[in-house]
Amino acid sequence: MTLLAVERIKLFTTRSPLWCALAAVGVVVGFAALIAGVDTDQAPSIATTQFGVNFGLMIVMVMAALAITTEYRFGTIKATFQAIPNRSSTLVAKATVVALFAGLIGEVVAFGSVAIAKLIKSNASLGIDTAYEWRAVAGVGLVYALSAVIAMAVGTLIRHSAGAVSLLLIYTLLVESLVQLIPNVGVDIQKWMPFNVANKFLTGDPDPTNRFLDGPPPSNATLSPWWALAYFAAFAVVMLSVALFTANKRDA
Amino acid sequence: MIEAVGLSKRYGKTLAVDNLSFTVRPGRVTGFLGPNGAGKSTTMRMILGLDAPSGGDVRLDGKKYRELHQPLRTVGALLDAKWVHPNRSARAHLRWLAKSNKLPAKRVDDVLEQVGLTDVANRRAGGFSLGMSQRLGIAAALLGDPEVLLFDEPVNGLDPEGILWIRRFMHRLADEGRTVFVSSHLLSEMALTAQELVVIGRGKLISQCTTEEFVSQATESTVLVRSPQLALLRSAIGQQGATVRDEGESLVVSGMEIADIGELAAAKGIPLHELSPQRGSLEEAFIQLTGDSVEYHAAVTTDALPADLLPAGK
Repeated sequence: MTLLAVERIKLFTTRSPLWCALAAVGVVVGFAALIAGVDTDQAPSIATTQFGVNFGLMIVMVMAALAITTEYRFGTIKATFQAIPNRSSTLVAKATVVALFAGLIGEVVAFGSVAIAKLIKSNASLGIDTAYEWRAVAGVGLVYALSAVIAMAVGTLIRHSAGAVSLLLIYTLLVESLVQLIPNVGVDIQKWMPFNVANKFLTGDPDPTNRFLDGPPPSNATLSPWWALAYFAAFAVVMLSVALFTANKRDA
Repeated sequence: MIEAVGLSKRYGKTLAVDNLSFTVRPGRVTGFLGPNGAGKSTTMRMILGLDAPSGGDVRLDGKKYRELHQPLRTVGALLDAKWVHPNRSARAHLRWLAKSNKLPAKRVDDVLEQVGLTDVANRRAGGFSLGMSQRLGIAAALLGDPEVLLFDEPVNGLDPEGILWIRRFMHRLADEGRTVFVSSHLLSEMALTAQELVVIGRGKLISQCTTEEFVSQATESTVLVRSPQLALLRSAIGQQGATVRDEGESLVVSGMEIADIGELAAAKGIPLHELSPQRGSLEEAFIQLTGDSVEYHAAVTTDALPADLLPAGK
């Protein structure tokens, strides 16, 4: 608990995490407002309100990576390891705090998007009823939290803000979608790439007839939604373990 | 009490610290002296468990740093005053440190008061001057009221007032019975600050003794003599077994008391125009002792420069 409190103080005594959170809310909710307001032919659905979720995800991952790379940049990681020589527990505490904050941002942007769409188009039926709708909205926080853990692990391994952020963005925006261009095996590889699998949790629907097809593109991963989330969580745990192992071996 | 036994650190092919053994005792200020790049900071990082030694170990009151429970209560350290997030306030920085070792929040205000930063406690640390950053670093070191204190080049870049403040501060800490270990590349500074010295060069121990011993050992005293009858004086002194060196229009005598030279000249009827004791400078002595172990020699001869002008750094 002490270590969580330490990391909480650290995260919220600089301004950039709050700016990142505001930016994420602005982008995702703004996108939902835009779609609800501009598209006059069609009433917004739960799926269309969640269009901006992936943009917010990028911002949240940048926030999570910066939480650790700035410690390396400014040397506070040394002050931290000096105060708490047990590096694993310190980094796990940081990952926990960052994940909780990311999860909170996720819930705010997801429900905020639904709320703003309802506000703009009060006649739209935006009840969250089906299992799919619950995952698509409430599930955003879970995906954000796990993504934040992955981003923090990458930040710990790379230690430089610019390097970590560009790697994360290039990977999630380009690598996972371009990998399908590899002949023969490309699509099969893509089905198992972690962020694509995480997307399955949000967009996958066991009963497609209930779905509007105008939401964010569904994932082609073959796992069922909840197994997809478990797979993504396992990936986050592996990344964090590698980061902890490296941080313990390395000179601070 | 800090005990290093056979401490070594290897970075690739270079041996930054080479089989270093020394003891730092409580109740006095111990200087850790060596030219830039001698391995002082590396040694300090190993004491704090930040870097893992390649060989040997270092213990604080018999324990390795990583075995300490709530280490800030045992060891306080200022290795780099810039190890603070520039957008975090001084108080917030100390607050998370205090929390990490379950220290009461009141300690934060206590140490801020102690180093005189109370008025600027809520300002962002990035806007601090070097002197203020240094004070914040010292406040962080004092937070846990530790028995052992480590300071790496604490006076580097400070103005005279700041230097004096830090020097007095360290003496006070040692007088309270704490173990104070301070590194520096300036012997003249250490001569004023430290009672005991651990001198290293190229990662190897050169000597561990009291500052007084080191200074008298290192600075050979000579006598400068000027006379219109220089040749006569030279042979007279030479007969006494002392060594004489010509320096322009004067002689530099070593191995003979100043009074004896005067009496000898009077006995021989040689008029003297000058007879003055020369004390070798601490800087010269230091360069002489560590000369072989300086890692990066300047292209110009360094002994022409006062030590303060030598490149500062970690």
